[in-house]
Amino acid sequence: MADNVKVPIIKLAKRESMDPKLIWAIRVGSIIFAFIIGMIPLLMAGANPFTSYGIIISGSLSKKLYIQQTVKRAIPLLGCALAIAPCFKMKFWNIGAEGQITMGAIFASAIAIWSGTAIPRPILILLMLIAGVIGGAIWGFIPGFFKAKFNTNETLFTLMMNYIAIGIVRYLQGGPWEGRPGTQIIPMFAKNARLPNLFGIYIGWVIVLIMVVLVHIYMNFTKQGYEVAVIGDSLNTARYAGMNVGWIMMRTMLISGGIAGCVGWMLVSGANGTLNSDVAGGVGFTSITVAWLSQLNCFAMILIASILAIIGKGSGTLQTRLNVPSSVAEIISGVLLFCMLGCEFFINYRMSINFKQMGTNIKYFFSFQWIHKSAKKEAK
Amino acid sequence: MQNNCAIELKDIRKTFGSVVANDGVNLQINKGEILCLLGENGSGKTTLMNMLSGIYQPDSGVILKDGVPISIRSPKDSFAYGIGMIHQHYHLVDVFTAAQNIVLGLDEKLDLAKVNDKVKEICDKYGFDVDPKMKIYDMSVSQKQTIEIVKTLYRGAEILILDEPTAVLTPQETDKLFAVLRNMKDDGKAIILITHKLAEVLDVSDKVAILRKGKYIGTVNTKESTAQSLTDMMVGHAVTLNIDRPLCENKKERLRLENVTVFDNEGVKKLDGVSFDMKTGEILGVAGVAGSGQKELLEAITGLYPIKEGSIKFIDDAGTEKELVGKTPRQIREIGVGMGFVPEDRLGMGLVGSMGMTNNMMLRSWKKGKSIFVNRKSPEELAKNVWKELDVVTPSTAFPVRRMSGGNIQKVLVGREIAASPPVLLTAYAVRGLDINTSYAIYNLLTEQKMNGAAVMYVGEELDVLLELCDRILVLCGGKVSGVVDARRITKEEIGFMMTTVGGKNGR
Repeated sequence: MADNVKVPIIKLAKRESMDPKLIWAIRVGSIIFAFIIGMIPLLMAGANPFTSYGIIISGSLSKKLYIQQTVKRAIPLLGCALAIAPCFKMKFWNIGAEGQITMGAIFASAIAIWSGTAIPRPILILLMLIAGVIGGAIWGFIPGFFKAKFNTNETLFTLMMNYIAIGIVRYLQGGPWEGRPGTQIIPMFAKNARLPNLFGIYIGWVIVLIMVVLVHIYMNFTKQGYEVAVIGDSLNTARYAGMNVGWIMMRTMLISGGIAGCVGWMLVSGANGTLNSDVAGGVGFTSITVAWLSQLNCFAMILIASILAIIGKGSGTLQTRLNVPSSVAEIISGVLLFCMLGCEFFINYRMSINFKQMGTNIKYFFSFQWIHKSAKKEAK
Repeated sequence: MQNNCAIELKDIRKTFGSVVANDGVNLQINKGEILCLLGENGSGKTTLMNMLSGIYQPDSGVILKDGVPISIRSPKDSFAYGIGMIHQHYHLVDVFTAAQNIVLGLDEKLDLAKVNDKVKEICDKYGFDVDPKMKIYDMSVSQKQTIEIVKTLYRGAEILILDEPTAVLTPQETDKLFAVLRNMKDDGKAIILITHKLAEVLDVSDKVAILRKGKYIGTVNTKESTAQSLTDMMVGHAVTLNIDRPLCENKKERLRLENVTVFDNEGVKKLDGVSFDMKTGEILGVAGVAGSGQKELLEAITGLYPIKEGSIKFIDDAGTEKELVGKTPRQIREIGVGMGFVPEDRLGMGLVGSMGMTNNMMLRSWKKGKSIFVNRKSPEELAKNVWKELDVVTPSTAFPVRRMSGGNIQKVLVGREIAASPPVLLTAYAVRGLDINTSYAIYNLLTEQKMNGAAVMYVGEELDVLLELCDRILVLCGGKVSGVVDARRITKEEIGFMMTTVGGKNGR
């Protein structure tokens, strides 16, 4: 009888409420925990973890040039996180920001290449912006349309759209837009298609900061933002409230794609000055981490995008100085994501461990009775 | 006798928080016997069966198999003890064949030819009609159910539990199923059948066990009972609740349904030629066992459920009739038909769980005005009003409603829906899970709306409440209107009978 009735060792119960201070303590604790775990791969790579963390910080923030490069990394991350925030709020898993950035970049580049030096700089840049937004919006709208009309799986759809967009750039690079034949490179844009600099960094950083405020307002204070939030919580409630769910989905994807397209425009017109197939360079995926870690809070995204940019930039320095592979940085980012998402579990649930039962189980294990028991079972 | 007993439950008790789902349940199922488990909604039938299939574990009490106490900790344990449950919703992989579904999850070497043979053998033995090579997506609902049954038999189940198996079947398919059940019974299997349909109970079972509000009432032999005696045991004697029920003068017709018929996604008829009317100054109760079409009825009226045929007319004070069929909830509001709706699934349909009271109040008013920004001022005021007037327990109007208690969530929902004094107010299980005081508060609110001239619909599960709160009661049975009766002149037993037999006594 006693053998048959088992008591669970770990019990989980949903928490009713929690002190906000404790919530933040758990979150901060999880970040510290992540950096402690992050020491393992550093140790395995043969580096002193403390020196390594020091190098990551100094390599990204100690000189003006380093800071500029770090900010340059953070701009598309932040912009793209803003782009996917409304989708994720709606629980529409848009992992196609990569493609939407690329498409925006293609459209913007088309204007720059076709116009040459014919159009004055401000007008040309504005035209490129509009083209970029349209390009990204189209690429976002297509999966949104199919989801709304035919309930296709948006995750797969948006993922596949990425490869199409990148494929198009490869074609343009080697074909119609190729510079010197055989180079597979699109030449740098003329000066009047390039974004101006402010404090040594292209002006995109000002634009994304403005976008932070705009997206924040959109998500929290507009009717459309409200619709998106309701759909994200419950489709049935949205229908109950008389919302046109299909149209809202398509519209949100138009907006999301448009913002991503804008990021694509900044990358070709500001950061790179030309178009290549690696224009998005994984930003569309890394920004998912940014959006998730900041819990879709636009201002928190600034911080998270900065942290990831610092780790990314600093790890490059780490590689040159200590010969530690820069992919270690990606491992650390991954651990960070894991810990920060994992800590939400402890915020939502209370875990109680039945130590008495655990003791009984351990005793039972070391008494080796279970061997006899399983042997008996086999015999049966 | 003792060694003939397949499984025995002794003094089972199960609570969820403060709710007692099962208390003092004693059940004995013999081999070669069909036992029906009968009870109203919320009487604890499913909870009890879930304890047998390893989804829940009892707080106290013992389960005995062949006289030996066992503990069922998971569905896997349940299988190991030879217990197989066929749920209302099937768990089958659409793109697999019948045979593949049957062996899915088994720890044995996959030899489809062998499986096909064994499945054929089982089918021949009990008279199933199954092609093991057929894909699930090509099957009818009844064929899918057959696969579920074969699946449990294939795993060597000696005790089968079927949760409302006939709910989705046509009468012919039901007869076929019963024939199979009788074959299995003759083979010595023990079968537990959960059903609401008295005719079926009398037709197929050997014994009937009755639960009422979680309590075990008793087990009777089917031969010695009648539909009437079973209903009496199921509903119990009327309890006086003393709900204030003033009579409203000047009733006018407000909503008229004619021949409304709807089908669900799988093509099953959920409402069948439903016709009735709702009057101002009246609470129309809706009685019926769970799944008789209550949900579909409310959603059809509010424009959320597609209507195959029939008409729903709204009649305003001037006597103008407006057709509601074919309109979306928004279009219904746009033609000036105010409708309050308290749905059954509070967080899944009526409210946004992650948002606070203010944002939830906005669900009705968000569209107002031309501005692109939402107006949070008036919802905030409304939230504060509801908070104060209905004594909602919450730290603030921004506190996520999901984290409130059930009663408070319901107050937020009802508070919002009656705030605009809609001419039509539809409520589904408005007091489910609420304590006595909150329930009375809700009854009073509904009565207040009625006296203000609203046409109120109250879908309920407690017959005592329906009898004391409502003016008229519409009884649904299997998607059909079993009758509309005067709540002041009918007895609980009569309604109970109408719920399980279309037309009640007169219909037989």
